[in-house]
Amino acid sequence: MPQVAHLQPRDVADAVRLYRDTPDARLLAGGTDLMVMVHAGTVRPRALVDLWSLAELKGIRHVDGVVEIGAAESYTGIIGSALVAEHCPALVAASRTIGAAQIQNRGTLGGNLANASPAGDTLPVLLAADAVVVTDRRTIPIADFFWSYRKTALGSSEIIVAVRLPAAARGVRFRKVGTRAAQAISKVVIAVSREPARVALGSVAEVPLRARGAEAALARGDVGGAVAALAADIRPIDDVRSTADYRRVVAQNVLRDLLDGPSRR
Amino acid sequence: MRFTLNESTVSLDVAGTRRLLDVLREDLHVTGTKEGCGEGECGACSVLIDGEVVNSCLVAVGQVDGCSVVTVEGLALPDGKLSALQQAFIERGAAQCGICTPGMLLAAHALLQENPQPTADEVRVGLAGNLCRCTGYTKIIDAVLACRR
Repeated sequence: MPQVAHLQPRDVADAVRLYRDTPDARLLAGGTDLMVMVHAGTVRPRALVDLWSLAELKGIRHVDGVVEIGAAESYTGIIGSALVAEHCPALVAASRTIGAAQIQNRGTLGGNLANASPAGDTLPVLLAADAVVVTDRRTIPIADFFWSYRKTALGSSEIIVAVRLPAAARGVRFRKVGTRAAQAISKVVIAVSREPARVALGSVAEVPLRARGAEAALARGDVGGAVAALAADIRPIDDVRSTADYRRVVAQNVLRDLLDGPSRR
Repeated sequence: MRFTLNESTVSLDVAGTRRLLDVLREDLHVTGTKEGCGEGECGACSVLIDGEVVNSCLVAVGQVDGCSVVTVEGLALPDGKLSALQQAFIERGAAQCGICTPGMLLAAHALLQENPQPTADEVRVGLAGNLCRCTGYTKIIDAVLACRR
């Protein structure tokens, strides 16, 4: 493997400059996805711009009713945050399902967003919560963030700085279906909100998505209609983790359970 | 770059994007840390960075500049006596083939540092990122529970 440079910016502005001016550079945060790809040679960057220790990207703050989570804050930080537990318990629940201690200590919300895996466990929660992605130059509503398979609204040399969760994030509920409680990549991941009506899923399409048909029915208070409409909202495939048929049935069952069933974590 | 490895200072001139795992084993010849999957699934390469358990196959060595790294070699006491946790692993038969053992010890050590009296369920969650191909989980959990303080 040719040598890959490790670039250590002083701050976000410096990181944007390095990212813009270095050919074939990639952004590195906790490395839980990128280090695997670089080692396997599936991506071949010439440099990694390391964001992990930038103070501007750390921390969890409460600003005017909105909770803002630094893009390089770890899942362990999110899990341990009283602010997030109070404001968006579903994000704590989702963060607990990511890998196990080793991954939670390094994985970040910014990394989950930038990597844009259709199976990213926090992404349906962010969609159901109407989160806002803050970058070095603008804010992007989460509903506009995921464009196509692993393609996002991020421009060249644009860096995610934080994620904002509005007050409605409190009502989001979350469920992940995987092979085991820890370490599993999801077969289906789902987050819902009643007010406003939001149904968001992962691992059932090429992007994390909002189920617009199900949401329309839910907005009318029609839970049965929402469950029925979900089948046409999603585009699951057969892959190593599950089948399209299983995913469709489970997504509908879990949605019904989250909307009708007893209150669970 | 410079970091603390098991309480000794290490200075290195290596590419900062190399995996911490490889630098430990190949450059520093500290081979207690094992490579299992190389993808962050199995936990065999677990080490502590500033007290937090991480997979060293996913860490660029440049990211530990200025940090404290502990590997399984750093768990024993300065006089070479094994830690209570290591001793419990031996006494309870918690090691079979041994490749998961260093990572299990470090994950368990981190868990006990943060939660000195874990329940069996909390031990299972704390070790959920460490796979044992011999499936010797029961003895491993027994050993950790024996070290509650």
